[in-house]
Amino acid sequence: MEKFNIVEGLAVPLDRPNVDTDAIIPKQFLKSIQRTGFGPNLFDEWRYLDQGEPGIDNSKRPLNPEFVLNAPRYQGARILLARENFGCGSSREHAVWALLDHGLRVVIAPSFADIFFNNCFKNGVLPIVLEAERVEQLFQATEATPGYALSVDLPSQLIRTPDQGEIAFEVDAFRKDCLVRGLDDIGLTLQHADAIRDFEHAHRQAAPWLFEKQD
Amino acid sequence: MSGRTLYDKLWDAHRVRQDADGTALIYIDRHLVHEVTSPQAFEGLRMAGRKPWRTRSILAVPDHNVPTTDRSAGIADPVSRLQVDTLDHNCADFGITEFAMDDPRQGIVHVIGPEQGATLPGMTVVCGDSHTSTHGAFGALAFGIGTSDVEHVLATQCLILRKSRTLQVCVEGELAEGVSAKDVVLAIIGRIGTAGGTGYSIEFSGSTIRGLSMEGRMTVCNMAIEAGARAGMVAVDDTTIDYLAGRPYAPQGELWQQATSAWAELHSDADAVFDKTVTLDGAAIRPQVTWGTSPEMVVPVDGRVPDPDEESDSVKREGMRRAMQYMDLKPGMPVTDIRPDHVFIGSCTNARIEDLRVAAAVIRGRRVAETIKQALVVPGSGLVKRQAEAEGLDRIFLAAGFEWREPGCSMCLAMNADRLQPGDRCASTSNRNFEGRQGQGGRTHLVSPAMAAEAALSGHFVNVSHSSE
Ligand code: SF4
Repeated sequence: MEKFNIVEGLAVPLDRPNVDTDAIIPKQFLKSIQRTGFGPNLFDEWRYLDQGEPGIDNSKRPLNPEFVLNAPRYQGARILLARENFGCGSSREHAVWALLDHGLRVVIAPSFADIFFNNCFKNGVLPIVLEAERVEQLFQATEATPGYALSVDLPSQLIRTPDQGEIAFEVDAFRKDCLVRGLDDIGLTLQHADAIRDFEHAHRQAAPWLFEKQD
Repeated sequence: MSGRTLYDKLWDAHRVRQDADGTALIYIDRHLVHEVTSPQAFEGLRMAGRKPWRTRSILAVPDHNVPTTDRSAGIADPVSRLQVDTLDHNCADFGITEFAMDDPRQGIVHVIGPEQGATLPGMTVVCGDSHTSTHGAFGALAFGIGTSDVEHVLATQCLILRKSRTLQVCVEGELAEGVSAKDVVLAIIGRIGTAGGTGYSIEFSGSTIRGLSMEGRMTVCNMAIEAGARAGMVAVDDTTIDYLAGRPYAPQGELWQQATSAWAELHSDADAVFDKTVTLDGAAIRPQVTWGTSPEMVVPVDGRVPDPDEESDSVKREGMRRAMQYMDLKPGMPVTDIRPDHVFIGSCTNARIEDLRVAAAVIRGRRVAETIKQALVVPGSGLVKRQAEAEGLDRIFLAAGFEWREPGCSMCLAMNADRLQPGDRCASTSNRNFEGRQGQGGRTHLVSPAMAAEAALSGHFVNVSHSSE
């Protein structure tokens, strides 16, 4: 996993509540058995005017000029501004892979769906929860100011705005540590392999039926 | 000290270690696997030179990509086929039990787990699929995970979790005739919203819930995730135990006795405190129909499509406008004037034998309306299909003009060939009505099996709850 320290870049405002994982990456693209290559199909149904299918050349497809990600001023954005309940719907991690593959490393929203939120951390994407009014201010500033770029400083838990503003944000200490150090949490857990084995042994004694008849 | 909730009990019984920062390592008893969210996890395992920690805790099945028509020639779409083949190879390589596509037990992962008795009370159950909440109906802690966590469970049999808050949803009273578990859960979501359960585990309780069959409880827990909660659960009672007795993976003999006496503890203590409680009057619930593109956009069948202008919250108002436009509906329109042209009876929400029985009872001796372009019945598993055929339900559906298919996810999410065309309008027993869910440009109305069946026959939504007429 790529380490996350300070991420600087343009913010792109996606002004819709309840953006679900089907919208982030439509299901026809879930058939891939890879982790990469989802970027061109991020928000596919909103981004293009035709219907996307795996394997077709996305660079030849007609873009929807109305969709914010297509606006020239937001090209290369690294930070997504979103509304409440972002990432609701299925557990597909492909949604995060698509954001990452497109170059987005931060999502700022008033609230997130739980599984999506969790999946972000596993892939080096930082989801930041801010109060709805704060998010609204960022939306307004981003829309009003072409080239509006933010600097997201994870170690100090601050978002810096172009006008020298600083917005503090909360993040779980364990998750922060994993992101900053780019740690693989399977390796971390396996440091406790003995504890897992001991637990498993006691669990088997207490509830042997959970370990029977599994073929 | 106050008593513990069911969630607390399940959590405590699986905690391997607790860290000072509030995270805990939680042991997983059952890991269900399907073809869409597992390939990258197996790949990760291989790349790190790791092996599954406890192979026998895993049960795998392909369901999302499988065709629901004749399978003897395999899967036509090469991309779908590769994903299903990849699952087969991974299971063979690692020695994992798989109900492959041609196995009579194959079906939707959330249907086959309980059907086999592979989901048991007191278990922690995970799957790379958000509707894993379904299994909570058995007094289990069951929730969906992403692919990185699938790999984590494969490698360590554990997950790093933080305890959620607890929400009790208490539904009291006897349901009116024609009102089902689906209507109950849609009414709950209508009440608390799609983010109402975010950060919580929900326990569904009250006399209405206790009165539901296991199939009904699974329908309710299935949609806990649609209310934002990763896990939904129901306490164990005789209904739970009766359902499990004699299932292939359930304990037998002496162990069955031991297990059932342990399961008797799987309920919240009388003095347990929940972080939040919501109460609904079960007797007042009417058959529900979603009108929009989020499950919270739901109204009773005898109601009307709402008017966005009456919504004070501007973000919500915009969302309603967009949904209304996508769904091509007018504010104030009676729900019974909505005319679906497709009907889908299936999915992990409503494709169990009881759902098919209810739908068949509505349909018996009648014909699908002329205006319906396609009416599909997709059983939740091969065993559900076989049982339905033994009862003659397939003949009722076929005689009425429904198609009778092979088991799988099918038009719930349209990853296989079953999908809506732009502008198609579908009465669906599934759980998600998001834009494009059943096919790009398709419009979905979530309803119960009885409501879907009646819509197929009448060509528009009809109130199936006679007692309220
Ligand atoms: S039936 Fe639908 S909701 Fe259920 S597992 Fe399949 S795709 Fe997901």
